[in-house]
Amino acid sequence: MNTPHSSGGHKAASHGADALVEVPLHAVAHARAGDKGNRLNVSLFPYDESLYDTLADQVTAKRVHQLFAHRGATEVRRYEVRSLAGFNFVIDDVLEGGVNGSLNLDGHGKTNSFLLLSITVKVPRRVVRGG
Amino acid sequence: MTAQKASSVFRIGNGAGFSGDRVDAPIPVVKTLIESGGPSAMFFEVLGERTVALAQLEKRRNPKRGYEPMLERLLEPILSPCARHGIPIIGNFGAANPAGAARVIAALARKHGLPALKIAWVEGDDIQQSVDLSQHQVYEADASLDADFGPLVSANAYLDSEPMVRALSEGAQVVITGRTGDPSLALAPLIHHFGWTRHDYDKLAAGALTGHLLECGAQVTGGYFYDPGFKDVPDPANIGFPIAEVDEHGGIVITKAANTGGIVNRLTVKEQLLYEIHDPSNYITPDVTIDLTGVTVQQIGDNRVQVSGVRGGPAPVRLKVTACHEGGYLGEGEVTVAGPNCLARAKMAAEVLGQRMKIRGLDVRTRIDLIGVASVHDSDAGTLWHAARGEPAEVRVRLAAAGAREDDVDQAAREVLALLCCGPAGNGGARWRTTARIRTQSYLVPRDAVAVKVHLANASELA
Repeated sequence: MNTPHSSGGHKAASHGADALVEVPLHAVAHARAGDKGNRLNVSLFPYDESLYDTLADQVTAKRVHQLFAHRGATEVRRYEVRSLAGFNFVIDDVLEGGVNGSLNLDGHGKTNSFLLLSITVKVPRRVVRGG
Repeated sequence: MTAQKASSVFRIGNGAGFSGDRVDAPIPVVKTLIESGGPSAMFFEVLGERTVALAQLEKRRNPKRGYEPMLERLLEPILSPCARHGIPIIGNFGAANPAGAARVIAALARKHGLPALKIAWVEGDDIQQSVDLSQHQVYEADASLDADFGPLVSANAYLDSEPMVRALSEGAQVVITGRTGDPSLALAPLIHHFGWTRHDYDKLAAGALTGHLLECGAQVTGGYFYDPGFKDVPDPANIGFPIAEVDEHGGIVITKAANTGGIVNRLTVKEQLLYEIHDPSNYITPDVTIDLTGVTVQQIGDNRVQVSGVRGGPAPVRLKVTACHEGGYLGEGEVTVAGPNCLARAKMAAEVLGQRMKIRGLDVRTRIDLIGVASVHDSDAGTLWHAARGEPAEVRVRLAAAGAREDDVDQAAREVLALLCCGPAGNGGARWRTTARIRTQSYLVPRDAVAVKVHLANASELA
């Protein structure tokens, strides 16, 4: 699980394309956030599904908990849905009371998908999306 | 798609994903359903968690109202085409007053020469008078919320699809509900059409999943999705709302209204599959428990995605009830500072506002945001903006205040207005407002505590 999974393996990918680069998660994955009460969920999907294990190694529940620590998150659970090459992060007590109690402009917490996408990951250059 | 397959699918179109959605969205969906020729239904999902409470407050002010405010605007263009082509319309636009919504639709029907239109409305979700919620278990995700509530405004159970199926079986052409499971709105016409039983778990799961994918309208067709250069969506100003083609075995194809913008691809469908889901192996709806862990999505054509592999389990023993209470007041004030040294001026304004709350002795809880520097991702303490350096072009300073006393909250918000003359140099564009808040708390209640009634009448009888 420590080495990035390669979709082609023996296929002739150039050394440059396989070189690891550190990029925002946003360059290799997409996400959507939703709320229920004071609980947030953020789904995460790599554009290139062969990157799934790489993200599994790097975007851990612990790391996501650290990302949301300043908001008071008490627990993060990561569910894996391999058939969709997707992760679902469920983050408890992070919405300052939720849409009905929060003073945050975004009481639903919907913009937090892009907070998750702002962390960096090390990935092969070939999977990075341009802007 | 072969002609044989076309004849065996049931199409479900969605016309709204929330109260406030695009009012012209249903028209191309209905047009597509009609041109497709096979059996179909339209559904609308317009009730957010608090929407019923806001509707109850509206009904207190005017007993004739308390239903979806955009009801006539949404339905007027499609009521007659749907009635002529046998497309039932199902929606939770009854909110706090399903009977009131039925009368409005009846008046629309008579106006359009449809006096025989059969309108059903479902009652019984409103359990304010009939169930003592203090005797029931608090829904797990709400257990950590502050339980110090004001008076009860509304309490509604999420009903299953059964009353809607009953209404359709009795010939209803329009079915109006209050609170019901959102996915149940799409599941009901599928159960009615295919005759699925309460034990066809995988089929029920497919039907409910269809509802889940469609219930947020454009969120599965390129809405809430476009991110230029990364996730591109054609013509987002004219996003087509979704249509699902479901077969009797529970096969699902997600597509959208013809000749519209938007996109249906594996990415749009995957994002919506996990939207507002917690444990993907145990997604609970009032009709069926859904296991998404084996679901696959396959692009089978232009704007056509097949969804397979969903599994179902028994419906939950208890129904979820959401209670809404008066929740004090929220005041918000904002002012902009711009140009050289604006971040320092914004931080000074924030400091001053904090001092003013103390000087005034206002009984409020506050938070300050520096919009353009850090706000929605920040904490109540302003962790991120306090650490911010650099020079933005402009910053909007926002104060939010909450409390039980309206006057204190309003006075807190007005302190932002006062910055116009007492604040930092070069500030402008102050706005403030104070609104009543609703607090929600959800419970789990036994099904037999909830008594459901289905009413049916012709438009001509509902004058």
